Formats: sequence, structure tokens, C-alpha cells
Amino acid sequence: MNARTNKPEAYTNGAEVHTPSFIDGHSVDIPILKLLKEDGSLYPNAELPELDQAKAEKVYRAFVFHRVLDERMTAAQRQGRISFYMTALGEEATTVGGAAALAPQDMIMAQYREQGCLIYRGFALTDFMNQMFSNEKDLGKGRQMPIHYGSNKLNYMTISSPLGTQIPQAAGYAYGQKLQGKDAVTMCMFGEGAASEGDFHAGLNMAAVHRAPVIFFCRNNGYAISTPSDEQYLGNGIASRGVGYGIKTIRIDGNDVLAVMKAVQFARNYALEQQAPVLIEAMSYRLGAHSTSDDPSGYRSKEEEAKWQAHDPIARFKAWLIHQKWWDEAQDKALFESLREEILAAVKVAEKVAKPPVEDLVTDVYDQVPKHLEKQLSELKEHINKYPEAYPFTAGRF
Amino acid sequence: MAQMNLLQAINNALDIAMAEDDSTLCFGEDVGHFGGVFRATSGLQEKYGKERCFNTPLVEQGIVGFANGLAAQGSRPIAEIQFADYIFPAFDQIVNESAKFRYRSGNEFNVGRMTIRTPYGGGIAGGLYHSQSPEAYFAHTPGLKIVVPRNPYQAKGLLLASIRDNNPVIFFEPKRLYRASVGEVPEDDYQLPIGKAEVINQGNDISLLGWGAQMEVIEKAAELAANAGLSCEVIDLRSILPWDVETVAQSVMKTGRLLISHEAPITGGFAGEIAATIQHECFLHLESPIARVCGVDTPYPLSLEKEHMADHLKIFEAIKRSVHY
Repeated sequence: MNARTNKPEAYTNGAEVHTPSFIDGHSVDIPILKLLKEDGSLYPNAELPELDQAKAEKVYRAFVFHRVLDERMTAAQRQGRISFYMTALGEEATTVGGAAALAPQDMIMAQYREQGCLIYRGFALTDFMNQMFSNEKDLGKGRQMPIHYGSNKLNYMTISSPLGTQIPQAAGYAYGQKLQGKDAVTMCMFGEGAASEGDFHAGLNMAAVHRAPVIFFCRNNGYAISTPSDEQYLGNGIASRGVGYGIKTIRIDGNDVLAVMKAVQFARNYALEQQAPVLIEAMSYRLGAHSTSDDPSGYRSKEEEAKWQAHDPIARFKAWLIHQKWWDEAQDKALFESLREEILAAVKVAEKVAKPPVEDLVTDVYDQVPKHLEKQLSELKEHINKYPEAYPFTAGRF
Repeated sequence: MAQMNLLQAINNALDIAMAEDDSTLCFGEDVGHFGGVFRATSGLQEKYGKERCFNTPLVEQGIVGFANGLAAQGSRPIAEIQFADYIFPAFDQIVNESAKFRYRSGNEFNVGRMTIRTPYGGGIAGGLYHSQSPEAYFAHTPGLKIVVPRNPYQAKGLLLASIRDNNPVIFFEPKRLYRASVGEVPEDDYQLPIGKAEVINQGNDISLLGWGAQMEVIEKAAELAANAGLSCEVIDLRSILPWDVETVAQSVMKTGRLLISHEAPITGGFAGEIAATIQHECFLHLESPIARVCGVDTPYPLSLEKEHMADHLKIFEAIKRSVHY
């Protein structure tokens, strides 16, 4: 971008009018990329993403794993075995498809409903379980609520609860990659609700001005907990914001995994070649509750949910795979069954693993444990020794 | 050794840090060619290029968020917040993100390489929004380090230590002293320890404790006290978090008295934390209650700065009250 084109006089070259009129967000015409029809056939002239049978199968297996994990872990939460869970029902195409279109060295900085990325990247079932059960094998050492995953090895930044904070961070992360000449981009995922936070505006503006190779991926799923999108923003969705920041923007059908993959591959090429940001707005719908603490029947109708059930991204992709003769119903049934067993068995193992040791309370606050924390730990240990029955997870372990 | 003012010492430290590590960056509002409103980054863009020393848009949460991302990626960002009064839009990025990155991820990721520099404090006719000393807000947040230098020599050594420290550091610069404080500063690389207080003056009757620009005021009060026949031990805390309990406690066990002075309002100020800890450590050695001489619990006024400030006279009076308790 030529800096001069940004000066105010550059904007005085538009058509002159001599009676006042407004422009509004809806006058910006934003097309939507769709490749795959509901019945699993392709739109004519649909340009497919780079995808062979092995990759397509990997995407589908991640889908099924995700569905079964969501089903099993919701049940585990209802049984009181874990404290909290968030499903991604209806939105799996955005995350699994997004990860499938990236290279392994690309960083993913997500919000919280993006387990699909980790599933695709091969985060082990035991890693999922250890995190959700906050046991001593959890990579995060049992410090965060369930679903706050992170993996250095898989380039998946640990989730932070405050909304949207990863957005300016992704701009900085990508800028660092750019300065070091890395063959990598950062993909930053968030919901349309998070796009109301100041961090969204801060992050997009920073990335645009400093030309950071970051893909901002908005999962527009229609709800911020219970608040529908028409009570969240006006204008033309989140995509129009990208245009406003001077960021290349594309809107896609977020329930069409082929469109997701195509758009992310397209965006990645642009971000890498041009060393500049891209915004993707994926139109989808959160079929499930916001979390296990939420009951959507209080704010939306069964009819609305049923309408969106028909747009299920997994069913749509499965129909395409069967159409391709890359998959069949018998395989499908077997996959669901084996995953259900595997996940149930993993739950039983993870819940028996010990809680983290008491030392983990004071490590990682700083690079080294400072004196005042050492002192507080030793006082705590003394106290635990006095009342061991009150601290069953840690007593007798130091 | 060279004569440098506090700004030149900071600029010199940044220059050394950028020269030694290609991944070190300086950025913030007007930080690029202009060199920052106070010119702390003068000449760095010319020397290291626009990619490593640059202006950002006016967005503090963006600046710190960007720094968090850079640090998580492995770069060494040094972000400038133009005035400490404007650090609050970035509060969430600092206390929920910078401070907790390593802990929440089980050290899968950390932002330890980042440093936030920001000018703080009054005495420059800055009024409500160019005079605040917000260190206490951050001192309540585990995971941060907070450093405040008092003169050019300290500024260079402590800033280099902050930049190289593997934890996020907020480095508060006493802007009243930016040009007013001039001293001998080695041109070579050196570091001063973070978390270690410095006893500036030995004394027997009372320990006086402060940090940053307030040290100048405290030293002036100690002079008045000396003329009145009182011997003050003067300590510069230098690091607010973690802070050097041991040095302060040792001094108080010797003198039996402690006075803490800071610019920020007294209620909830860091002096309260120190007083509680020292009371615990030194209870049987104390000859009088621990005294606090701090700012008034009002916003920082433009016209009545002198009245608002914990000046040398207020401190002198408090010393006498303490010694004659």
C-alpha cells in the first residue's frame, strides 16, 4: 500500500454530489463463497480447494471425532465428572476446515470453540482428557477451565477466557513471523460476539497498518451467549469492518467445509505472498448451547434450530464423500461406534489420574519461583501437613 | 563514563538492546522517526529501520496486545505507552494476558521477553491525566515485574536488566527527571539487579523508603533531618514487584522506624503493602508506627500540585513525629 493514498486528499476524488445522502453498510455488496450444495453436490463452476482422498478422509474423521467428543463430554458434564464443556455443533466446518487449509507451522490463536483445529492437527485424545479433567498430565497443569487447550508442539496458542484478547496478539505474532522471514502465517479465530470488543478493532487496525500476515477468521454463529447478532451489530456483518480497516476480506458459507478450505488456502497464499492480513467471515450457526451452563430454549425457538439442523456441515460433507465413492454408511457407523468406545475409555482413565502437585501452584508465575512464593508454598505445606484430610489431593505428596 | 540525562540513558540502553538482538523492537505512539513525545527513542528508527522501530496507531490495548503476540512468538518487544495515565485501556492485556500467559498455559507459551516502558508521575504541570503513578494497580498482579529507576545510571542498568529479564516487566520512568536528572553513566553495557533495593545512605534513627522521582524528595527531607540532628537511612526500593523485603527489614531492625513515601494516593498505595509486611517482619523492633507520606486521595490537580505532593517538608515533619513518637 502506498502511504500517500492514505492521506485525506486521496478521498476527495470520489464522485461529487451536491445534495446530501448517506452511504450505509448494506450498500456494500459482499458476495458469499459457496462450493457445496446441501445435497452434497457441487455448484457449477465451483473451484475446489486442494484436496485428495486422504485429506478429505482426515477432515471427515476429525468431524466425527468432534461430534462424538462433544456428545460424550456433554454427558460427562451432566454426570458431574467435569465442571464445564462447550460444544461446537454446527460449526465444525469452520475449525476443522480452517486447520486443514493451513500448514502445520502456521500458528492458530483461537477463542475457545475451536477444538476442531486441534483435532485436525492430531492433539491426542489423552491430551484432551487430561486438560478437561485438570489432572497432573494436563499440558496446562490443571490451571484453567475445561476446553482451554494449548499446545506448543501443534502451534495452537493456549486459550484465554477474556474475549478477543488474542486478536491484537495475533497481529503481533504474525508481525514477528514476518520479520524473521518465516514461511508461516497466523490464523486468529473468534466469534462475531468478540468482534464487539475493543481488542478486535485494535488488532485489525494494528495488523492492517503494520501489514502482518494474519488471517482473521470470524465464526459468525449468530449468538453471543444469548444475544442474537441483530442485537450485536448493525451494518453488513463483520466483513464490512474488514473493508473499513483496509483489509482484504471474504465472506463464506461456514457450513460448507470446501468453501472454508478454499477461502483459507486463498487467504493464506495472499497473506504469505503479500505479507498482509486477510479477514474471513464464515456464516454459520451455533446449533448447541453456548456452554453447558447455558440453555438456549430461553432465547430461541425450536423451529429456528430445526431450520439450521438442515444445514449441518458434517452431513453435507459426508454426502459429498459418498458421492465421490470415498466413504460409505457402513464405514461411517463403524467409525462412530469405535470413537464412542475410545472416548468413553479415555474418560475413565483421565478421571483417575492424580491432580497436579501442590508445587504447581507457584511455578510458572515467573520463569523462576521468587522468594516470596517459596515462602508462601512452604507455609502452605506446613498447613496441609497439619490438616491432611482437608487436602486429599495434595497431602502426603511432598 | 559520560554525562547523560535520564532520557539519554534510556535511549542508550535501547540502542544496546537493539544492537545485540535482531528480534528486539521498539514501538508505540510517535516512537518512530519523531522519537516519542519525550524523544526516548530518538535515532533508533534511523539506525535499525522502520520494521524494528515504528509508530503505532493510537491504541494502547493494541500496542500491548501486539507486544504480547510478538513476545509469545519469540521476539523481544519493548512497547512504549506514551504516559502511564494512558496505560488503562491496555489494563486487560497486561493483567490478564502478559501476567498470566506462562501460568495459564503450563509454560507451553510465555511472553517473558516483553517490556513496557512508560513515563509516570507528577511535577510537570500535567494535571489529572499526565501525572499519575499507577504502580500499585499492577503490583496486585502476580506474573509481572515492576521496576522504577531514580536517575540515569539506574535507568540504564535497570532497563537493560528489564529487557533481558525472562518475565514481562513494566518499567516506569520518572518523567519529571527525564531532563532534570543528569549524571555519570558508563557507556558500556551493564545491568542492575531487579528485585533488589539499594541503600543510598546509612543512618540510625529512621529508615526512609521510596522509589523513582520520590527519592529526590526523600533525600532532600533527609538533609533537613540531618540539619536537625537526625540520622536517616535512605533506601531506594527500585523494584516494586517482586520487592526486596529483606533489605528493608534489615534496615528497620537497625533503625526501629520506617517511613514510606510515594507520589500515588495513600489509600491502596503500595506503601500500605510494605507497611503490613514490615510490621509482620519487624514487630518487636519497631519504636513507632510505620509512617506513610503519600499523595492526597484526590486526582492529581494541575494548580495545587505542591499541596498534593508528598514533598520534602511533609516528609521532614513525619520524620520528626516518628522519632519523637
